[in-house]
Amino acid sequence: MMDAIAMPEMNTAEEQLRTEVSSWMTAHLSGKFSPLRYRGGPGDEDAFPALRKAWEQELASGNWTCVGWPKEWGGREMPIMSQVIVQEEYARAGGPGRMGHIGEGLIGPTLLAYGTDEQKHRFLPGIRGGTEFWCQGYSEPGAGSDLANVQTRAKQDKVSGDWRITGHKIWTSLAHESDWIFVLARCDPASCGNRGLIFALVPLDQPGVEIRPIRQLNGGSEFNEVFFDEACAAAQNIVGAPGQGWHIAMALLGFERGISTLGQQMQFVRELEWVIDAARANGTINDKLIRQRISRAWTGLRVMRYNALRMLSGVGQSQLQREALIYKYFWSNWHRELGELAMDVLGADANIIDAADARRTRLQNLFLFSRSDTIYAGTNEIQLNLIAERGLGMPREARG
Amino acid sequence: MDFTLSLEQQMIRDAAINVLATHSDSAAVRRIIESVSAGSGYDPALWLRLGSELGWCGLMLPEDVGGSGLGTVEMVIVMEQLGRHLACVPYLSSACLAASALRHCLGAPAANPWLERLARGEVQASLAVSHNVFPAPNACCSGDRIPSISAQCDGNDFLLYGQVAQVFGATHSDWLLLIAGVTTGSGIEPALFLIDQTLSAGDARLKVRRLPTLDLTRPVAAVEFDAFRATSEQRLATGDAVAAGLERALWITGLAVAAEQLGGAQRCLDMTVTYTKERVQFGRPIASFQAVKHRCAQMMVGIEALRSMVYGAAYALDTLLRSPPAANAPADIWLDIAAARAMANEVYAFCAQEAIQLHGGLGFTWEHDPQLHLKRARASALWFGSTPETLESMAATLLDRA
Repeated sequence: MMDAIAMPEMNTAEEQLRTEVSSWMTAHLSGKFSPLRYRGGPGDEDAFPALRKAWEQELASGNWTCVGWPKEWGGREMPIMSQVIVQEEYARAGGPGRMGHIGEGLIGPTLLAYGTDEQKHRFLPGIRGGTEFWCQGYSEPGAGSDLANVQTRAKQDKVSGDWRITGHKIWTSLAHESDWIFVLARCDPASCGNRGLIFALVPLDQPGVEIRPIRQLNGGSEFNEVFFDEACAAAQNIVGAPGQGWHIAMALLGFERGISTLGQQMQFVRELEWVIDAARANGTINDKLIRQRISRAWTGLRVMRYNALRMLSGVGQSQLQREALIYKYFWSNWHRELGELAMDVLGADANIIDAADARRTRLQNLFLFSRSDTIYAGTNEIQLNLIAERGLGMPREARG
Repeated sequence: MDFTLSLEQQMIRDAAINVLATHSDSAAVRRIIESVSAGSGYDPALWLRLGSELGWCGLMLPEDVGGSGLGTVEMVIVMEQLGRHLACVPYLSSACLAASALRHCLGAPAANPWLERLARGEVQASLAVSHNVFPAPNACCSGDRIPSISAQCDGNDFLLYGQVAQVFGATHSDWLLLIAGVTTGSGIEPALFLIDQTLSAGDARLKVRRLPTLDLTRPVAAVEFDAFRATSEQRLATGDAVAAGLERALWITGLAVAAEQLGGAQRCLDMTVTYTKERVQFGRPIASFQAVKHRCAQMMVGIEALRSMVYGAAYALDTLLRSPPAANAPADIWLDIAAARAMANEVYAFCAQEAIQLHGGLGFTWEHDPQLHLKRARASALWFGSTPETLESMAATLLDRA
């Protein structure tokens, strides 16, 4: 089934790149790194954090981090389709979830676009080299879907120019494994909504920062709460101007789409294969309805693949990208349904834990973790609002 | 794979939108379908315009027969617009199905004299084959797919027996093509026959009987042969070439149906958004109610996902069609087409139903167009790929082959 996901047309340069990545991965994802194969993805981010950090450095030494970045910052300026190939072959080889993905995919490009030279010099090498790790301080208990309602305050010290951050962030993935956090906070106490916000880079290892894990329904705790009590953000570590925070925060989210989605799809292919293997093992593969659902699941994989290629085709064009608007809603609901199919295939075994049965465990985790897919990065309900408003021009929601 | 439409593709799409918006608007469609019992069920003036003026009948045919030499993506662009406008022309039956059957069963240069006339839009052809066939690779004309028409040898001629329950375009086509099973010493071999209906008119042993249908936008006929005499000249191809050629033709046509359904679904969404923005209740346009917004958004999710699937499958099919005719079709290309086919059935039916619901009472009237799409969606869900059959064929290909 993996082969069916290869692109129908491949030129020699693309084939060479695929071979280059897969050979490097075979050679390097071995020995002490062997336990990392297929680990550390969504729902499994508690796995081997220290070893995965070491892996980031291994990738860096092979020049496989930040391949799309400018050469002056250690990148390889690879075109989009090449980046896609690297993502795909990495995933195909079982490359572990990237501890550096927030740095490489989100804050790094944001600094490249909006950062000062000093910020670029200070932070980009650590991201490129896999030595410094980042997490995202956006959501708060009172600011989830309504992110503009952030209440965490940033107050500037008039003498030093440094900022003091006080407040409470939530759902912060991997905060306990990170060195820095970028924080969206309110610098103008009289403001409300998305005005008067500031985008601050904050070191986590300081007295005013406390991190508390949150236990998730799948038993893990990759999420955290982060409490700030007069934590310090240096004057030179504000991105953009005070008051411009919302603009920077939204721009960062804009870097999220596209390339990484194709790597995600490799994981989805693998998950469907686990479901099929389970169905073969227990005979449900002969059940007519299960067979139809498997065909539908496969169809969804093809939709995601072509949709992502459509998104990438449109990069650089200013027209409304309808395929981009629907993408998150589509994949998250597809994945949730896959989780349900997995449990239906397991049948009576679905409710029984058996640590020795690795496939069952993976499928149970898939089911549990996929409950969050339609909630994070924009809930289903928010996605549908956005699709209706931006895609169809329907009237915006009234605000209280 | 670049999904950006080339300049030429954009021009085809824009021309399609312009011509059909003018000549196949709601009023034009209703004029045709409301004259259904008396009329032919299609719009001859529009057919002339698309065939002769725009050259669409030859869109996919090779340049050496007077076609444009374009591919599946261009066909999909045209079919999407035809579906959006419910254009009452036999493009699917003649330019997609029959032309592809001739082209791929006969090959070049044998097919050329026939294709030249089709490319010019000078004649219409229809193919009598069961409409709910969407074969998996190599399943065409195999054990479980014996043609419903049999051809018994009678000297150098053949006597045709049997019927095909629903055929598109047969009542007004110049050429009636059919697939018949010829009994030979070693079993049953498929053969492609072409009957010139202008010559066979009046022969009672071939009955083409128009059927009353819910979907009035596409005429359907029952075709019955009762010892109809066909000469060996009318048998254009036989054996494996027919099985392989028919398979290709059905895949092309199945994808064409999916593209047409995509267009219909888009129209349902467009109509619904327009209506809900205008309709005011409780002091505001009903488009401002979140439930309404969300249902329209769900239509858009289905439509854009389907668009990605249909165009992706079109690129894949183009890759296949560029390879030698005898080459084994990679299963994954067939799977893409099958996936597009099954998905289109569901998306179009969903959007048509939502359009009715969100138009409120007006959705239930004859006068408003959602009902036309409801019926077209329901009918087309059975054409060249029903959902249960297609999903099961996909499962067999994905799961049961080593």
